[in-house]
Amino acid sequence: MLKPNQVEKIMRTVLGLTAIIPVAIMLYIFGYLVVNGISAINPEFLLGFPRMGGIEGGIFPAIVGTINVVVICLIVAIPLGVGAAIYLAEYAPNNQLTKTIRFFVECLAGIPSIIIGLFGYIFLVHYLKLGFSILAGGLALAFMVLPWTIRASEEAIKAIPQHYREASFALGAGKWQTIKNVVLKTAFPGICTGILLAFGKAIGETAVVLFTAGMGSVASLPTSIFDSARTLPVHLYIVATTAHTTTAFEKAYGTAVVLLGLFLILTLGAIFLRNYYGKMLRG
Amino acid sequence: MRKVRRWLRSLDIFHSTKGRVAKNVDEKLVKRILFFCSLFAIFIVLCMFTFILIEGFPVIVKYNLDFFLGKVWYPNPTEGEPKFGILPMIISTLYVCSFALLIATPIGIGTAIFLAEYAPEWCRNLIKTFCEMLVGIPSVVLGFFGLIVIVPWIRNTFGGYGSCILAGSIVLAIMTLPHIISISEDALRAVPKEFKEASLALGATKWQTLTKILLPTASSGILASIILGLANALGETMAVLMVVGNPNIPFIPKSILDPVRVLTSTIVIDMRYAVWGSEHTQALFAIGVVLLFVVATFNLLTVKILKRGWIVKA
Repeated sequence: MLKPNQVEKIMRTVLGLTAIIPVAIMLYIFGYLVVNGISAINPEFLLGFPRMGGIEGGIFPAIVGTINVVVICLIVAIPLGVGAAIYLAEYAPNNQLTKTIRFFVECLAGIPSIIIGLFGYIFLVHYLKLGFSILAGGLALAFMVLPWTIRASEEAIKAIPQHYREASFALGAGKWQTIKNVVLKTAFPGICTGILLAFGKAIGETAVVLFTAGMGSVASLPTSIFDSARTLPVHLYIVATTAHTTTAFEKAYGTAVVLLGLFLILTLGAIFLRNYYGKMLRG
Repeated sequence: MRKVRRWLRSLDIFHSTKGRVAKNVDEKLVKRILFFCSLFAIFIVLCMFTFILIEGFPVIVKYNLDFFLGKVWYPNPTEGEPKFGILPMIISTLYVCSFALLIATPIGIGTAIFLAEYAPEWCRNLIKTFCEMLVGIPSVVLGFFGLIVIVPWIRNTFGGYGSCILAGSIVLAIMTLPHIISISEDALRAVPKEFKEASLALGATKWQTLTKILLPTASSGILASIILGLANALGETMAVLMVVGNPNIPFIPKSILDPVRVLTSTIVIDMRYAVWGSEHTQALFAIGVVLLFVVATFNLLTVKILKRGWIVKA
């Protein structure tokens, strides 16, 4: 029988080793993809058009498609999300309706992306007759990231000390003036954190975009928001599941590294901003 | 540079009072606009339920038990009636998800305990940052990683096709791990300090305190984290789709090395060639209805558990 002190030591080591696993997985995934994919990335790859269904050539249309879809998503999601967050944090009375709103926001956050894709397919593509288009893709993505934008913005707004608001009120400012000039200004870095995270989520989403923006054309750039467009994740999915040759896999690696790189920049930016915001509020 | 600065100032995003009299915005109007912004989430969720139910319910009503318990999925037969039985997909999904949780739960809870009790501050921040990045990795990238690393590894080690239940479970385990870690850690931290200190004061070691005091008290929170992980795993699409194999004719798997079709992958794969308005599309939406209700139930369950027993009143 082991003594409690020995058990303690053993368990400490075991738990420490367990905690290394997530870090190791993360590093391995990043390392593996970057080591194998970095050679595929060159100006020709980033700015060229795909040939033979993405097996050769570049990913330029996919990059343009991604930017288009995500910009529309953010244009819709940011005002709605921040607006809802301001209402929930500053105006909402403590009643059943507010509880219902919060409940539905949580609900929306928990719905799997494929269901949002199906909804986009039936509601935006067929019912509103938008067809497979950048607009439909952007709107569906906005539905997906909305709860995250609301949550992050609300947290940022609630983190502002009450005396900031009281000082503003004491100067004779109205409620909206206070929110606009004091609350939103101070919460700006915090809200940006949420927006960056939503951005990262939107860039990597596949199922939603596949059903709403379609697979797009690989030979030309979209000319209007009613054109179908292919985003980077969709391109990666198509190339990875059809690839059989070495060059095709190289292109898939390259696409994966570009996606990972974008995601990494956005996430690290968000983490940096959050630390800055925390420091700013404290000191 | 100065021009840019002046232009930025002229945009006047925050300082509406600078240099001129503040406009007296109608407070009530602003409040109403913000209120409608927050109602939008309700509108979207209700719309989602309505549209997916309208499209998917007819098939469920028509085939009823044959839909849930039918073993044959044969949507476009050359002759005879189409068959929409999703039992093989349900069983495959359950297999993939439960194996994923079997892998993720011990690692997740172990890490959570380490983070909450043993880790120094810098180490905790580091691991939490990594978890946060792990949860955000685009699922298609993870699926690609599974396709080029995990699938060949399984093929070489265990034989078979490589694309199978096991591959799906490993990828899903990676995806659910961060959720389990973060909620379990929160649950462990929410246990009142007095409980822990009382146990330590009696001379118990940290590990004894953990197993006798902390884990039992935080058990509901940990359970919630596992259920939430399950809900996430059930709804996960792309990563699983790319590594489970997706045979043309779904069958009930006999071993964990069999290629399978899960519910979500069926929707994506069949939607490619299903004709809009056909019964086939409606059957895919019916699968969506099943997924929606199962995931919603699990999410509600998590919320209920967290509300009821998370923080024990000291």
